[in-house]
Amino acid sequence: MRLPAVMKTTAARLSALFLVLFALCAAVLVAYMSSLSVRMLTQQTQDTIMAEMQGLDSAYRRGGLPMLVRVVEVRSRQPGANLYLIADPNGRILSGNVESLEPGVLEIQGWTERPFAYRRYGESEAARRALRGEGEDAAAAPQESNRHRALALVLRLPNQMILLVGRDLGEPEQFRDIVNRALVLAFGMMGVGAFLIWFLVGRRALKRIDAVSQASSRIMGGDLTGRLPVTGSGDEFDRLSENLNVMLSRIARLNDGLKQVSDNIAHDLKTPLTRLRNRAEAALAGKPKTAEYRAALEATIAESDQLIRTFNAILMISRLEAGYSAEQTAPVDLAAIVADVVELYEPAAEEVGVGLRAGAVAAATINANRELVGQALSNVVDNAIKYSAGSGGAPSVTVSLARKPEGLVLEVADNGPGIAPEDIERATERFVRLERSRSQPGSGLGLSLARAVMEFHGGRLELSPQNPGLSVRMIFPGDSRRHDEA
Amino acid sequence: MAAAPAAAIFAYRWAMKILVIEDDREAADYLRKALAEAGHNAHVAFDGEAGFSLAADGDYDVLVVDRMLPRRDGLSVIAELRARGVTTPVLILSALGEVDDRVTGLRAGGDDYLTKPYAFSELLARIEVLDRRTGAREVETVYRVGDLELDRLSHTVRRAGREIPLQPREFRLLEYLMRHAGQVVTRTMLLENVWDYHFDPQTNVIDVHVSRLRSKIEKGFGPPVLHTVRGAGYMLKAG
Repeated sequence: MRLPAVMKTTAARLSALFLVLFALCAAVLVAYMSSLSVRMLTQQTQDTIMAEMQGLDSAYRRGGLPMLVRVVEVRSRQPGANLYLIADPNGRILSGNVESLEPGVLEIQGWTERPFAYRRYGESEAARRALRGEGEDAAAAPQESNRHRALALVLRLPNQMILLVGRDLGEPEQFRDIVNRALVLAFGMMGVGAFLIWFLVGRRALKRIDAVSQASSRIMGGDLTGRLPVTGSGDEFDRLSENLNVMLSRIARLNDGLKQVSDNIAHDLKTPLTRLRNRAEAALAGKPKTAEYRAALEATIAESDQLIRTFNAILMISRLEAGYSAEQTAPVDLAAIVADVVELYEPAAEEVGVGLRAGAVAAATINANRELVGQALSNVVDNAIKYSAGSGGAPSVTVSLARKPEGLVLEVADNGPGIAPEDIERATERFVRLERSRSQPGSGLGLSLARAVMEFHGGRLELSPQNPGLSVRMIFPGDSRRHDEA
Repeated sequence: MAAAPAAAIFAYRWAMKILVIEDDREAADYLRKALAEAGHNAHVAFDGEAGFSLAADGDYDVLVVDRMLPRRDGLSVIAELRARGVTTPVLILSALGEVDDRVTGLRAGGDDYLTKPYAFSELLARIEVLDRRTGAREVETVYRVGDLELDRLSHTVRRAGREIPLQPREFRLLEYLMRHAGQVVTRTMLLENVWDYHFDPQTNVIDVHVSRLRSKIEKGFGPPVLHTVRGAGYMLKAG
């Protein structure tokens, strides 16, 4: 079944849902109230009957059956009288104002469990036939006219005669009618209410959503500078728009980063590729000897290895920045990584006259990726060795690990020439190789990669000038303390 | 690439039967030729299904499997081979190089992992190290190369009967080189197996470690045993 067009809007569906919910609640409430009232009225009826019965009982004690019959006759004739009936043990009616009853009522002792149908004297013959014909089903057809329903107390007198005192249920039934009418009215009002809700709330909300979706199609159309409308009311829609705007800003930032990378790739990969090509061309030109071919080819291999390194570093940084899965981390001993890296680089550092040593190293186990942290630290150490080598005096690089208020700080400090303060910011940007280091081997991505690794671990990389030299601090977030005892 | 010198100088002791499963026909063809030049017998399959049916009888010495293959990806080929009890050593080739890719590759049943682009010398060295006929050395407790002797139990190294004191790392370095004596061992293989890091050591850190070790085991002794293979790595070999 297809929904009418109007039902396709969220507002209409919401209104319909509210309508159904309200109706259900109202129905339950009304049903509860009406059953409560009916119970109260029934209780009242029973009290009345009980009082009557006591009166009749005292009449019977005073004057036996004749007295009882007399009293019953008198009371029966009063206007608005209750029901009275005296019958013999076989159920033949002897006295009272009841002409006929639903069969079986007289066999009951005590209260009739449910209302029963009956007929008073002086009611039409047709109805009487109907009652006889379907007396059993009387309760199932309460709408039939001239039929009354009553509640009664049935007693056996000591001489086996049957006495019934009852009361018509006209009042409670009327009450039920009133309640039903009220229910219909309530449903009608709720229908109107739902329509109003749809009109006032739904349509307004819809307009806001339409505005948001229009703005987002503009943005999807390529206008990444566009932002979603915010009314300033601070409601859910505003919060949604604000969050989406933050997301858009982040996308725009990533996009810019990507653009910068492609520019940098163009620059830093094209240059060596051109060199590569020129070298091959030069080798082919003229008539070089085998040795010259060999030299050219070896240089080509060295150059392409460097290209591959650069390329790998770019890929790795992008993947780290895209947020690698956290499953990649496990408890690792940072102090062990420090020991590994210092041990790995120490001979190479000594070769270029730099003293590499581990300073104070605190014991610390954190959740991290050992490979990545190892690589980041070796990049930083490698960098420090390159920078301080040949700087005169006694070049040294010290690696230390300490617990500080800002977190777990892994510091690599050298006493080389350092970096000019104005260059500090740029030093960890991709491909930035400060003039001095242009001549050094390496992709120029070492510090960028280290920074990406630190950010992947929720930490950061800080460069600060020392006097003399440079200190590179890899700061792991403070909450890593909880892994200490792991 | 730098294949020729490595292969020409140190011809491997025997010809291996190698299956290369690689969909890039040019790369596969290059590998087949280069492996043949290195004295090995290489077959090529261009997709996962063909590779699987060739490898299923376990007749090869080493499989070289690209991760991304048409019709059936490399990891599932390896996993299926392992499930069928084929134990042929596998070298996985992949354009993906992150730590997690390496881990999933090795978990699927690969024995080694090499990231594209790679140097052929690196590939050859790793294939030769994977050859199971060399695996017997794993169980030896004493490695001998010429008059150089390394005792894995007592952690001692002697040359010509004279004990040479080594640092723990130098011992592990020598142990790895001696286990693969006669085979080319690359710098990245050393970093992976001796230091247990898988990144690219930008500078010559490994070379300096090796030359320190070399001076300890060669200075004052007979002929050199620790040779540098140009463009490839190192090889420990008597004479």
